[in-house]
Amino acid sequence: MNGKPRSLLGIEPLTSRQIIDFLSAARKMDPKRPRTTLRGRRIALLFYENSTRTRVSFEVAAKSLGASTVVMHASSSSIEKGESLKDTGLTLQSIVDAIVVRHPNSGAPTLLSRILDIPIVNAGDGMHEHPSQALLDAFTILEHKKTLKGLKIVTVGDIYHSRVARSDAHLFTKLGAHVTFCGPEVLLPEEATQLAPGIRIVRDMDEALTGADVVMMLRVQQERLSGLQINLDEYIRRYQLNPRRVKLAKKNALVMHPGPMIRGMEMTDEVADGPQSVVLEQVLNGVKVRMAILASILGGRR
Amino acid sequence: MNSLLIRGGHLVDPAQNIDEPRDILIVDGRVAEVGAPGKLQSADKVVNALGLIVAPGLIDLHVHLREPGQTHKETIATGTAAAAAGGFTSVCAMPNTKPVNDSPAITRWMQDPERGAVVNVFPIAAATAGSAGEKLSDFAALCRAGAVAVSDDGKPILDDALMHEALATAARLGIPVIQHAEDTRLTASAPMHLGVTSFRLGLRGQPAEAEWKIVERDIRLAEMAGAQLHVAHISTREGLALVREAKQRGLKVSAEACPHYFLFTDENCADYDTRYKMNPPLRTAADRDALLHGLVDGTLDIIASDHAPHAKFEKFVEFDRAAFGITGLEIVVGATLTHLHRARKVPLKRIIELLSTNPARIVHLEGRGTLAPGAHADVTVLDPKKRWIYDLSKTLSKSRNAPYGGMEFYGKVMKTIVAGNIVFEA
Repeated sequence: MNGKPRSLLGIEPLTSRQIIDFLSAARKMDPKRPRTTLRGRRIALLFYENSTRTRVSFEVAAKSLGASTVVMHASSSSIEKGESLKDTGLTLQSIVDAIVVRHPNSGAPTLLSRILDIPIVNAGDGMHEHPSQALLDAFTILEHKKTLKGLKIVTVGDIYHSRVARSDAHLFTKLGAHVTFCGPEVLLPEEATQLAPGIRIVRDMDEALTGADVVMMLRVQQERLSGLQINLDEYIRRYQLNPRRVKLAKKNALVMHPGPMIRGMEMTDEVADGPQSVVLEQVLNGVKVRMAILASILGGRR
Repeated sequence: MNSLLIRGGHLVDPAQNIDEPRDILIVDGRVAEVGAPGKLQSADKVVNALGLIVAPGLIDLHVHLREPGQTHKETIATGTAAAAAGGFTSVCAMPNTKPVNDSPAITRWMQDPERGAVVNVFPIAAATAGSAGEKLSDFAALCRAGAVAVSDDGKPILDDALMHEALATAARLGIPVIQHAEDTRLTASAPMHLGVTSFRLGLRGQPAEAEWKIVERDIRLAEMAGAQLHVAHISTREGLALVREAKQRGLKVSAEACPHYFLFTDENCADYDTRYKMNPPLRTAADRDALLHGLVDGTLDIIASDHAPHAKFEKFVEFDRAAFGITGLEIVVGATLTHLHRARKVPLKRIIELLSTNPARIVHLEGRGTLAPGAHADVTVLDPKKRWIYDLSKTLSKSRNAPYGGMEFYGKVMKTIVAGNIVFEA
């Protein structure tokens, strides 16, 4: 696959070239210096799941490029009355130029892209992918490290339920990083190593963190646990990032979290606010990366 | 007197141990005579079967005709028309209709000529009231009304004591209990097999043990009750191994394969293609290969379609929300002949056992599954080599939820004859 993707459904189908193109484009973007690239274009933000940062980030990104946005929530409108995704998509298609969709069911953006002729941007689907998050994570890492190639990136926590973990793993491995997953069996099944080439599972967090360049902490998605039993005290003891554990990683290792972060759960206050944490940079970079995504997918397309 | 002579064909009738050229004379809906080529008297009508295989009518032990109650998916008339096109002269209709077929009244209603069935319909009645898994239905009354087996298909009979009671009651009546083996406590909101593909797609998965643990328990309960157990649509290699072992111990256990489980794997669900969403789910390549082996070595007794029609609006949705099931009546013969006979050299005798002799034996259909004199004149005429391409747009089913469109098969149904009447001709 060459050239610009028509839709952004996930990181898995992208080539490393396409990923690098997105990241290069993001470097030129700045929400404080609005552009007119997408003037007159309409972008629907179709959110079937609650989200603050992703929706706001896409909205600011779209407006910084001169596009207008229309936000549709699942709790509003015809969706609540039982309209199918297909019909909602067909209705929107006649009035907007692209759809950014967040959906609780994995594969929903894929379904939309199969039905519609306008570009679809996946803003997170179920447990599947969250490509814009992975791009902003990579962008943030690259502001501190020269390259992803050869980096040891450790993702800790609830990998099973995490679309961020899946998108990150695809992206990091495509760009040559070594990915290690760390978490308990119920949140990290053995199949996870087959997601992308070279993924390792290390169950012991101290061992996993040793020599890490990047530590990506994930939230325990209690709303998705559906019957899985985990003991939170035990979880904190085994998988919380605390100052002692940060020292096991490399001296200049980055501490990341895709948010929303539960302080005192995934990491302690000291670590979240510490010098190695880039959590807030991730948020700002999110807008830049999403500007690049929208500009790349919609720019020049009439 | 109404007579039909099927002339020049090669008869494969495992029940009579015949696998050679034979003519068949049918009089008034029954087989009158089976004789060497050219030796029988002529009849009102003659079917030329030169170069073709003549087999006892094929029997599909597992179809969902959706009537009563879900006629937007299928009706008894359309489903049996598809069955005839697929070479089936009899189908056994699962009870998960609306309402559930748990009563003699519905069982009789389904067999009423008013329904317009093109082939024989043998209802399988619900094992528990409303298939709710709480209290047994009245097996004896259902049998008197024409039910040939009981099952809560679509769901398992989960409770140990209730399953034991179902088996014991069925044993007294001489009918099998057909189990949909799924421990639903392990499969909640899981639309596919638990494995590498489900992890990659971010979909919840059904573990293989959800099937085989129920198979294991059912075999144990069937042994205790001295009952006949039929395991529907088996999908895991572990489940298959349990059946093999039970048979070696001489238990009355039979098992069913469906084409999709020996043609596809969970990797077909990649890209969220809901045409490959069914229950049990498609498993791994190792499971698929084990099933093919089980078809060759005799562990699997029959091939059924598990024809499960759904409307487009029920399938063309998010993978999690799509209905489980695939249509298949029209491709069972093509898929079986292509993948077992042509590719794996399974003899036609074994193919006909899988599609006619054994299904008749399992649900005790007297005078079917054979063309011995006196048997019902249900006949399927096949060309075992003919190449054809399945045109899904021309299906006789009301639904098109199958991935077989455009697929190439070797081996085609040429004629389907029910009670001496030709109901389908290619």
